Amino acid sequence: MSALTIIYAVLFYFATAILIIGVATKVKSYATTPSPLKIPVMPAPMTRTGVVFRMFREVAFFESLFKSNRWIWILAILFHAGLLLALVRHIRYFIDPTWGWVVFIQPFGIYGGMAMVAGLLGLWARRFLVERVRYISGPSDHLMLALLVLIGATGLAMKFVARTDIIQVKVFFLGLLRFDLQPLPADAPLLIHLGAVATLMIVFPFSKLLHVPGVFFSPSRTQIDDAREKRHLAPWAAHMDADREA
Amino acid sequence: MADQKFETPKFRELRENPQIQEGAMAHSQPFIAKAEHNEPLGFPGELVENWEEKAVEKLGELLEKNKALRVYLDSCVKCGACTDKCHYFLGTGDPKNMPVARQDLLRSVYRRHFTTAGKLFPKLVGAKEMDKEMLDDWYKYFHQCSQCRRCAVFCPYGIDTAEISMAARDIMDHIGVGTKYSNEILAKVHVIGNNLGLPGPALVNTMEGLEEDVEEETGIPVKYPVDVEGADVLLITPSADFFAEPHVDGLIGYGKVFHQAGINWTVSSYASEAANFAMFIGSYEQMHKVSNRIRKAALDLGVKRIIFGECGHAWRVAYSFLNTFAGPWDFLDPKYPTPQHILEVTHELIQNGGIKLDASANDDKVLTFHDSCNVARATRMGNMEGGQFIIPREVIKASVNKFVDMDPQTTCEKTFCCGGGGGLLTDDLMELRVKGALPRMEALNDVIKNHGVTHMAAICAICKSQFTKVMPYYGFDMDMVVSVHQLVSEAIQMGAKETV
Repeated sequence: MSALTIIYAVLFYFATAILIIGVATKVKSYATTPSPLKIPVMPAPMTRTGVVFRMFREVAFFESLFKSNRWIWILAILFHAGLLLALVRHIRYFIDPTWGWVVFIQPFGIYGGMAMVAGLLGLWARRFLVERVRYISGPSDHLMLALLVLIGATGLAMKFVARTDIIQVKVFFLGLLRFDLQPLPADAPLLIHLGAVATLMIVFPFSKLLHVPGVFFSPSRTQIDDAREKRHLAPWAAHMDADREA
Repeated sequence: MADQKFETPKFRELRENPQIQEGAMAHSQPFIAKAEHNEPLGFPGELVENWEEKAVEKLGELLEKNKALRVYLDSCVKCGACTDKCHYFLGTGDPKNMPVARQDLLRSVYRRHFTTAGKLFPKLVGAKEMDKEMLDDWYKYFHQCSQCRRCAVFCPYGIDTAEISMAARDIMDHIGVGTKYSNEILAKVHVIGNNLGLPGPALVNTMEGLEEDVEEETGIPVKYPVDVEGADVLLITPSADFFAEPHVDGLIGYGKVFHQAGINWTVSSYASEAANFAMFIGSYEQMHKVSNRIRKAALDLGVKRIIFGECGHAWRVAYSFLNTFAGPWDFLDPKYPTPQHILEVTHELIQNGGIKLDASANDDKVLTFHDSCNVARATRMGNMEGGQFIIPREVIKASVNKFVDMDPQTTCEKTFCCGGGGGLLTDDLMELRVKGALPRMEALNDVIKNHGVTHMAAICAICKSQFTKVMPYYGFDMDMVVSVHQLVSEAIQMGAKETV
């Protein structure tokens, strides 16, 4: 077994552990921290079902962003939808035999990869070209885009420039799942691609990528408009009822 | 104020975004509260020792108590969607008035002290210490947010800068740095019962004066009762309604509506204030205290219903928070929601024929309507989504024949703040107030020019006071601002009802 294989195997076990434990810790804190008050941004749905629809429109179509700024919306959709397709395309590396619907989507994953990189470059360009966005962009915002572009570009490079032995890549990842190490091809684009992905997984719970779980816990969107009908009371505030006169 | 020199912004031809001007509003800050304003609220009188630590400690406490704060501080991706949505940015060009930049003032301290990335790589992720420079920026720029929530409509994660401003102001109060405007007023509420410090006897006097005026005008003895035990309805209205113009014309209207509908009502001298300034300073404890004056008044007077007058932030605290602070309302009549808005009452009476309006009484006017930010984005009226947009318009249209809406990018959920909300309605912030009114003034100018609009109705005491003050800066007459119930008051048919 080569040192390279061992390094990457350890890296991916480590990255996966950080990602899962880190995000789970964050999600737990979001889920358990109480909301003292009803603060849905109105007009808001008056039922739980309504809120599910609101959240679906928000997460699937970026409804608020659409209202806000068409350029950001187009680029964000390109990036996120592209990323989704590309991710689906990657399921084949972890499942054997590959599911039929994944095989069907396979060719579109490439377009997904292109859309993703195009969207990212557009979003990055905004950080230089739009004065307001330039003002609010910090080093970490640029680095995050660089990392994602690197992932997308090296992924596409393995399709169009320097192909890698993807059968062996699959053997490596299936091996990881079974705790049975198999050799990883020593191709530069692949190693950069996988290194960047592992970095992203490690950075995820400590960065703005927390918007992914965060959006599901945003009280301004997830709360039901029923303040007059149902008394909302945070546990930490409940004792104050006893202090009041009358 | 005479010593404030500034230029009223020009209307932008194509509503283009302003160029960034760093530090354009760095000189703007409200008068700081003195010990005598802070101490009655339980806040330290002046900046405490080791305030840096205390501030971080308070932030930590709020993070444990408030999910929104935690999620909002983590989730921002700096996409820029909010950057051109704040009226204070549009009016001043100061980049720290972009919602994300305002949030970052608190987020940077959060990152430094509560995140791994900020502890390890502060420069990389924009993490900063809580130091004097930071506190100065907090004091200036968290008092250039009117908590209007417009940015939250457009944020893909619903990040509400109002929540962050409230948290920052709460933290500042806890280290002894509050604003004179809000804290002085809150102390008055605790001692006297209303923001204006209008004592019970003066209130009775004022209301008797209104009775005389209305009887003189209409020949009908409409009552404006104070502290009447056993009344059915307790009216909670902003104290500005008791004498400021055009507010008081709205109060006259409520009285006429109640009279014609045969509703037996009273105001309370103990809880003679709808506005809850504790929301502005983000203090749960203070909001709780002020809200429970209303509960006590309702119990003491033995009323069956609570109805709120026209007031924006008050309606937010009433509609969204009052049940939390002062509920449950099991001692009130369950047939009615608690609390109700006066417009819900009037609207229903119009629909079921309980009152009759003759819109031709307002034929000298062409109306438009300013959606108050907190009513629009933090409350509802009626029993349908968006009722807070529909009901006021229906009441206006029943009272006036000529009505025109402003640019849809500036109404309903996208409405702009008047420029004076969120505890900023003070003369020491006049420049900010004038500049922040720019987007609303532009939209108003459009309908004046293109549709001959003569009046703008509002349903918030702050909007009414703010507009009457700043509109002259833009060359508009301050009398253009009217209460919705002032229109109702003109149009309502008084006297015996026709029997069928």
